Amino acid sequence: MRVPVSWLTEHLELDDEVTPDTLVEAFVNLGVEVESVERVGDVTGPLVVGRVAEIEELTEFKKPIRYCRVEIGETDSDEAEAASSDETGAAEAEDGEASGAEVGGGLPKPRTNGIVCGATNFAEGDLVVVALPGATLPGDFTIGERKTYGRVSQGMICSAKELGIGEDHSGILVLPPGTASPGDDAREILDLDDTVLELTPTPDRGYTLSVRGLARELSCALNVPFGDPAKLDVPEPEGEAWPVRVEDPQGCPRFVLRRVTGLDAGAPTPWWIRRRLLLAGMRPISLAVDVTNYVMLELGHPLHAFDTGAIKGDIVVRRAEEGEKLTTLDDAERALDPDDVVIADDTGVISLAGTMGGATTEIGTDSTDVLLEAAHWDPASISRTARRHRLFSEAAKRFERFTDPQLCEAAVERAAKLLRQHGDGSIQPGRTVVGEVGSAPAVTMPINLPDRVAGVRYERGVTVGRLTQIGCKVAVDTADDGTTLVHAVPPSWRSDLTQPADLVEEVLRLEGYDSIPSELPPAPAGRGLTEAQRRERAVSRALAEAGYVEVLPFPFVSASVWDELALPADDARRRTVEVRNPLESDKNRLTTTLLPGLLDTVQRNISRGTRDVSLFHIGQVVLGGDDRAAAPDPGVDGRPEPDQLAALEAAVPEQPRHVAVVLAGQRLRDGWWGTGEPAGWADAIQAARLVAAAAKTELQVEAADTLPWHPGRCARLIADGETVGHAGELHPKVLEALELPKRTVAMELNLDGLPLREVRPAPSISAFPPVLLDVALVVDADVPSASVATALRDGGGELLEDVALFDLYTGEQVGEGKRSLAYKLRFRATDRTLTAEEATEARDAAVAVVTERFGATLRG
Amino acid sequence: MSEASDNQSASGEEALAPETLQAAVTAAEQAFAAAADLDELASVKPAHLGDQAPVPQARRAIGSLPKEAKAEAGKRVNEARQAVQTAYDERLAVLKVERDEKVLAEEAVDVTLPWDRVPRGARHPVTTIAERIADVFVGMGYEVAEGPELEAEWFNFDALNFGKDHPARQLADTFHAGDEDSNLVLRTHTSPVQARTLLHRDLPVYIVCPGRTFRTDELDATHTPVFHQVEGLAVDKGLTMANLRGTLDAFAKAIFGEESGTRFRPHFFPFTEPSAEVDVWFPEKKGGAGWVEWGGCGMVNPNVLRACGVDPEIYSGFAFGMGLERTLMFRNGIPDMRDMVEGDVRFTAPFGTEA
Repeated sequence: MRVPVSWLTEHLELDDEVTPDTLVEAFVNLGVEVESVERVGDVTGPLVVGRVAEIEELTEFKKPIRYCRVEIGETDSDEAEAASSDETGAAEAEDGEASGAEVGGGLPKPRTNGIVCGATNFAEGDLVVVALPGATLPGDFTIGERKTYGRVSQGMICSAKELGIGEDHSGILVLPPGTASPGDDAREILDLDDTVLELTPTPDRGYTLSVRGLARELSCALNVPFGDPAKLDVPEPEGEAWPVRVEDPQGCPRFVLRRVTGLDAGAPTPWWIRRRLLLAGMRPISLAVDVTNYVMLELGHPLHAFDTGAIKGDIVVRRAEEGEKLTTLDDAERALDPDDVVIADDTGVISLAGTMGGATTEIGTDSTDVLLEAAHWDPASISRTARRHRLFSEAAKRFERFTDPQLCEAAVERAAKLLRQHGDGSIQPGRTVVGEVGSAPAVTMPINLPDRVAGVRYERGVTVGRLTQIGCKVAVDTADDGTTLVHAVPPSWRSDLTQPADLVEEVLRLEGYDSIPSELPPAPAGRGLTEAQRRERAVSRALAEAGYVEVLPFPFVSASVWDELALPADDARRRTVEVRNPLESDKNRLTTTLLPGLLDTVQRNISRGTRDVSLFHIGQVVLGGDDRAAAPDPGVDGRPEPDQLAALEAAVPEQPRHVAVVLAGQRLRDGWWGTGEPAGWADAIQAARLVAAAAKTELQVEAADTLPWHPGRCARLIADGETVGHAGELHPKVLEALELPKRTVAMELNLDGLPLREVRPAPSISAFPPVLLDVALVVDADVPSASVATALRDGGGELLEDVALFDLYTGEQVGEGKRSLAYKLRFRATDRTLTAEEATEARDAAVAVVTERFGATLRG
Repeated sequence: MSEASDNQSASGEEALAPETLQAAVTAAEQAFAAAADLDELASVKPAHLGDQAPVPQARRAIGSLPKEAKAEAGKRVNEARQAVQTAYDERLAVLKVERDEKVLAEEAVDVTLPWDRVPRGARHPVTTIAERIADVFVGMGYEVAEGPELEAEWFNFDALNFGKDHPARQLADTFHAGDEDSNLVLRTHTSPVQARTLLHRDLPVYIVCPGRTFRTDELDATHTPVFHQVEGLAVDKGLTMANLRGTLDAFAKAIFGEESGTRFRPHFFPFTEPSAEVDVWFPEKKGGAGWVEWGGCGMVNPNVLRACGVDPEIYSGFAFGMGLERTLMFRNGIPDMRDMVEGDVRFTAPFGTEA
């Protein structure tokens, strides 16, 4: 909230002037955020009160323009001399009304200036504020005498905004009659010099949305006495102000009414109230409305003023009924919810309780009889109503954060008195008070708890002192075990003090967080990262070092993406969890695969001119899977029962961690060295092998036909017999649908599906020389090379140390439907130098297995 | 015959004459010196060291000398032969060095040529800063804890002392997923991991949780609906706010340098009481060293401990949390949140594997 410094300090007994900087620092240390500090009244040069003597409407322009004669004081000889050459001189030149000779006669005469004005909210005789030529207004706006709309304008009639008082620019500032005389220094009359602080208190401290609460906070921070503006004389009532029935005491624990009659409907709001409202960012409207707003800002308790004449029958406080409607003060017709607490009379709902009043009982310019309402509303209920109707009024903002239930009488009394004083009203002897709110229970804690929590030894008396300072009723006694205990009954304006920790915070906060030392706790013995955490890091680093760039796309996808990926109708990946309130309405699913996000990102890079893209992403996906039971609500009074905890955890869908890569364009780049090489299906599969190697394991690869991959260029990735993912070239149809480059390739696997290996067994290294033998085997073209290699290994036995495929050949020499695979075989014994014969024998055994399994022949 | 023999003997004598040998040596020396490269040297070698060269011929002539003259002539020839050989070897060595130098000079390349046939990849700075922070805490004895991103509302809100009507639960702030009654949300902070940890691990607990989090903010220069946090939680006997401060000071120094440190400002969070906002002293701040808003912290609210089955009369704890994107924005001078979200490789690649 915005609040002028002068209003805050009014309630503090300060020995010395405090600077706004001191207050700002105090607020920061109290935990009240200071959004801005604005100097107001930054006006230099002549700024005077003027009386509008005559208005001439200029009608020849597109908008209404007035040429006004404004009295800006009386001439006396000194002034006349000083002013004769400029201001009055110009006035004389304009119409010759004022005569120098007459002025010289010593009789005071009104001095008038001709001023052009675009506003129309004033009449002849009104007191206004005039910036005379030579004045400089906020924003470094200097007023000069100038010709405009065919007249010479000798100054400016100012709006509140032009003077830097608030944002109201709806018209010029009209002062109440009798406030001042023409020619008076307006800076003084307006009490212009001030500083406005814009403060954002934390949501748990509703009481700080008021001058009362903020000044009390300052009194604690500055250790000065506080004068509570709510301490006023509230007389004993005589009877009721109006008959009231509260049918929903849960939504409305307290309801208070006071009636003021005989109000002068046209009485202006005194300047000091208007000034504070303006500086607080509110627009003055009428005395009754201004007074309720003023009391809300001052005490923190929102009030509502009803036009008594418009109320028919008893007032009833209840929940709205299905189908009820209310036109609120902002002229919006609102369909009410049965959860909304409302105020009704015989005609139906007349106010959305605590949030906004209704139009039918609104105070108008002719209202002379008002009912002032101050109620205590259930904060949660107000919060729901405000959100439901998107009505975040100043009242709702305060009620949803808790208002002081004991303040209702004082708040209506304060408003009634202001109406009596400034609107000539008479306060009726009756007062309606429905419901009582008892004081909050005492909170008890060991007196040294603040010391123990802070890790500080505070001086004796600090805890009791601080708790007393914030308004608690404090008692100290000794428990049976000798512990000294503090019992603190929280003040009525604090709903946030319910447990010892809350009291502890008050002591620490007011003593200052700066006084808390910095002490590292003794280090426990940690176990370091888990194997899975180390593995994820290793995979991420391996991919980055292999040329992949990590991206972190959002998990939101649209349902149509599965069609673009051509997934079959019954594909498990289509079973997604829906986001009920997505930012983009069509992207309302949580993805089950990392591919859509990666493919999107590839596209974005290509559209920005990067054609060769190798990306990776490691992240959780959300598996829709079977319908799960809803998460139970085990409450928060203690640890959930084991079955409840299990149900809670089972309600959360599985979210395995995946790793995926996508490559488009070149993997080996073109350059001065020659042409590069496009990324291909093999790169995607190699990425999977790289991931597996980084994860201290290996994958088996077999041909698969799984969308969105190319049916002939897709590998199933298998770890310990389980499919963990796929890799290869994407289906041309899919690439076309997604407008991605031809032959874009991708890999995705479930990182959590890889077996975790903590310790890798050491290989045995033989120092004896190897025997190298080559074999070329002709097999049917569809026999996978991996199977041939496996067969060689199986047949080669222990002596076969390594199998390396070095050539692939298809063509006439091997015949139709066949291909030749050439391997380098390395044989070695662990305990002796292998002879050529032994090696040859082992090779023949290896080849024999390939022949047996695949009908292989040795190529000549 | 005798004439011939005389002639032979005479020519033998002549060939063995000191002057003749000296002349042969001089001729050889000159020829070798004149050879400009190894090929030329090889081509002149036979004329001076070959079988038919003067000195070897002189050696063969020794046999015809009288016995008494043989020894001296032999010595002369040997000396001459040695001199020629030495001249040759020296020249050969010189020319070899010259040749080697020339070859190396010819083999020189433009070492400034690029060779990025497969450019190096990169890890996202959010990932690397998260790891770095995790490492700082692992060094302090913490363990890294993780949890699901789609979370039960109870873990994300109830267990953390958010009231049933707390505005943060609303659709306006939090992504809700699944059926109306599924009570699932995309976690709005990594704090549900704290609740899960307290429910499953033995005390004391010292954990740090980096992770992806979600709030319904539209993407713009300073907001993103999907972002990352790192949170820490310590629950033990006798932990104090001074311990929290010491921990965050150590954290700040590890990430921002020895000069760094923290400042606490009172604040409100449902899950901590007392609570504070943390400012960090950032020596590299634009326009001069200063405080930068960094995150939130506080002593774990006893209600949270209670909901997780921890007795607040015996144990106390502290918790803290920071936004990783925000940390990177000021630490690395990233001007726009969208840079970290969009996945443009031109942004990420320069970070390499360590931001």
